[in-house]
Amino acid sequence: MTGPAQHHVAVIGSGPSGFYTAEALLRSGAPLTVDMFERLPVPYGLVRFGVAPDHPKLKQVATAFDRIAAMPGFRFIGGVTVGDDLTVDELRNAYDAVVLATGAELSRPLGIPGEALPGSHTAGDFVAWYNGHPAFADLRFDLDHEAAIVIGHGNVALDVARILAKTADELRQTDIARHALEILAESRIRRIYVVGRGGPAQAKFTAKELRDFLELGEADTSVDGRDVTPDDFEPQRPDDPELVEKLSLLRAFSQPATTKPRRCVFRFGLSPVAIKGRGRVETISFRHRSETAEDIACGLVFSSVGRKTAPVAGVPYDAHRGVHANVDGRVAIGRTVIDGLYVCGWSKRGPNGTIGTNRGCGIATAEAVLADLADRRPRPDTPDALLARLAGRVTRIVSYPDWTAIDAAEKRRGALLGKPREKFVTIPDMLAAMDA
Amino acid sequence: MTYVVTDNCRGCRYTECVTVCPVECFHVDDTMTYIDPENCIDCGGCAPACPVGAIEPDYRLAADKKFWIDVNRKRATETPVISARLPPLPGADERKVALGR
Ligand SMILES: Cc1cc2nc3c(=O)[nH]c(=O)nc-3n(C[C@H](O)[C@H](O)[C@H](O)COP(=O)(O)OP(=O)(O)OC[C@H]3O[C@@H](n4cnc5c(N)ncnc54)[C@H](O)[C@@H]3O)c2cc1C
Ligand SMILES: NC(=O)c1ccc[n+]([C@@H]2O[C@H](COP(=O)([O-])OP(=O)(O)OC[C@H]3O[C@@H](n4cnc5c(N)ncnc54)[C@H](OP(=O)(O)O)[C@@H]3O)[C@@H](O)[C@H]2O)c1
Ligand code: SF4
Ligand code: SF4
Repeated sequence: MTGPAQHHVAVIGSGPSGFYTAEALLRSGAPLTVDMFERLPVPYGLVRFGVAPDHPKLKQVATAFDRIAAMPGFRFIGGVTVGDDLTVDELRNAYDAVVLATGAELSRPLGIPGEALPGSHTAGDFVAWYNGHPAFADLRFDLDHEAAIVIGHGNVALDVARILAKTADELRQTDIARHALEILAESRIRRIYVVGRGGPAQAKFTAKELRDFLELGEADTSVDGRDVTPDDFEPQRPDDPELVEKLSLLRAFSQPATTKPRRCVFRFGLSPVAIKGRGRVETISFRHRSETAEDIACGLVFSSVGRKTAPVAGVPYDAHRGVHANVDGRVAIGRTVIDGLYVCGWSKRGPNGTIGTNRGCGIATAEAVLADLADRRPRPDTPDALLARLAGRVTRIVSYPDWTAIDAAEKRRGALLGKPREKFVTIPDMLAAMDA
Repeated sequence: MTYVVTDNCRGCRYTECVTVCPVECFHVDDTMTYIDPENCIDCGGCAPACPVGAIEPDYRLAADKKFWIDVNRKRATETPVISARLPPLPGADERKVALGR
C-alpha cells in the first residue's frame, strides 16, 4: 500500500456509540482499520438488550449498524471482554487508538434502607431479563402480587410499567424472551404505581412514550388527584409542543375511566424513604413534597433511577459522573490526557439522549481520534499478533458472519412462533447456532 | 407515524438534525431539509435537536401544517440524502433571531 501508513483503531463495545464512531472513522477517508471488540457473541448493545420488545420499529436501526459492519476495514471481534480476556494496555500497545464504548451497565441504587429485600429489583435487571441478556436470563421475578411500584419518571420507568401492564397476548408477537413471556403470562399484578419525586412538568419521560399508555388493551391509566393541582398541567413554556403534549396527556389521565382489569397509576411529588417488610417487600415509605409521609403497599418494586458506567481495569474512572474520566472524549486523569485512549456514548456522557445522540457523540470522538493519529508513534505490537494470542484465551472469537448465522437462526425460531425472532439467551446456545 | 420538517427550517438549514438521526433520513435542497418517512424509525431525536423547532411528529402538526407531511414525502424522493452537517445558509442566524429562538 502506498501513501501514509495505515492506522489501527480498536473500539470496545458494539452498541450505537461504538458503531457510529466506527462509521465516522471509516468514512473519514483516512487510511485506517477498525476492530470492534464486544463481550457478547451478539452486537447492538442496548438496542438488543434495552429497547423494549414492543418497540420494533426502533430496532430497525440495526440495519444501519449492519451497513457500517460491511464497510471495508471493519472487523467484529465478539466474545471478548476487555479488562478480563485482554487488558487495555495490551490494546494500547497494538492499536494507535482505543475507543471505549462500554455504555452504562450498572444500575444506580436508591440508597435507602430495605433495597436488598426480596421483591426489590432494579429496572436494569428486569429489562435485561425480559430482553434475554445471557447474564440476566437466570434471574427470578415473583409476579405473584397485586401491586408493583416503579420508582422514577424516565422513559425506562415507562418501559417497565408498560411491560407489566400488558397482557401476554399483547407481548406474544414481540421479540421478548420466552422465559419472560411465560412468567409475565402468570402475573397477578393488577396495580402499577409509577412514582416520581417531581411534578408533572418535571417528569423526564417523553410525550411519545406516554401516548403508549392510551393504547393499553387491559389497563387504565390514571394520575392520583391528591398529588396535583390544575396549575400543574399549565405549561410554563406554551411554545414547547413536547411539554404541552405531555401535560395534556397527564391532565387527561387525571380524569380516569376505570373499566379495565389492570391499573397504571402515576404518582407525583413522592421521594422514597425506605422499603419495608418482614422477609420481603411489603410497603414503601415516601415523603411527599408537602412533607407529609405516605406508605404504599406493594409486593414488588423496580427502581428506575438511572445507570452508571462499569469501571474497566486500567481506565481512570470519574466516580462523580459515573463515566470513564474524560475531557471531551479523550480519557484523562484530571486535565491530563492519556495518549491513544478515547471514549464515546453513554460511557462518555452518561445515560441520556436517544439512540441518535450517540451518532453526534461518536462523530465528535472520531474527530478527536483523527486529529491525534498523525502524531502517534508506531506501536510495539500489532493487532494480528494480539488476536493470535487472544485466540488461546477465549472459547471462540465471534466474527460478523458468525453473528449473521446466529441472527438467521433466531429469526427462523421466531417465525415458527409468529415473533420477529426468538433470542438465544445463553452463550453456549449462541455459539452452537453459528455452527448449525 | 413519522417526523416532519416544516417551514421554520426554510432559509436556516442548521443541520443539527442530521448528525443525530440514527438512520440518515434527511434529504436536502437549496432551502431546507426533508425527512424520508419510509426510513424514519420515530426515535424522536431530531425534534429537540433543531434549534428553530422546525420538526414535529406528524400527529402533532397543526391543521394548517399538515400539508408538510406530503411535502416531506415527495421532496425526499427528489432530493439527495445528507449524512453530515452542512454550513448554515447565509442569514440563518438572523432568521433564528427573527423566529424568536
Ligand atoms: C431500558 C432502555 C430502553 C431504551 N430505549 C430506547 C428507545 O426506545 N429509544 C432510544 O432512542 N433510546 C433508548 N435507550 C437508550 C439507548 O439504548 C442508548 O442511548 C444507547 O444504547 C447507548 O449506546 P452505547 O453504545 O453508549 O452503550 P450500549 O448500547 O450499552 O453498548 C455498550 C456495549 O459495550 C459492551 N461492553 C461493555 N463492557 C465491555 C467490555 N469490558 N468489553 C467488551 N465489551 C463491553 C456491552 O456488552 C454493550 O454491547 C434505551 C435505554 C435503556 C436502558
Ligand atoms: N423510548 C425511548 O425513547 C426511550 C426509552 C428508554 C430510555 N430512553 C432514554 O434513555 C435514557 C435513560 O433513561 P432513564 O429513564 O434511565 O433515565 P432518566 O430519564 O434520567 O430518568 C431517571 C428518573 O429517576 C429519577 N431519580 C433519580 N434519582 C432518584 C432518587 N434518588 N429517588 C427518586 N427518583 C430518582 C429522576 O428524577 P428527577 O428528575 O427528580 O431527578 C428521573 O425521573 C434517557 O435519555 C431516556 O430518554 C429512551
Ligand atoms: S436542525 Fe432544524 S432548521 Fe436545521 S436543517 Fe434540521 S430541521 Fe432544518
Ligand atoms: S425521528 Fe429519528 S429516525 Fe426519524 S428523522 Fe428524526 S432522528 Fe431520524
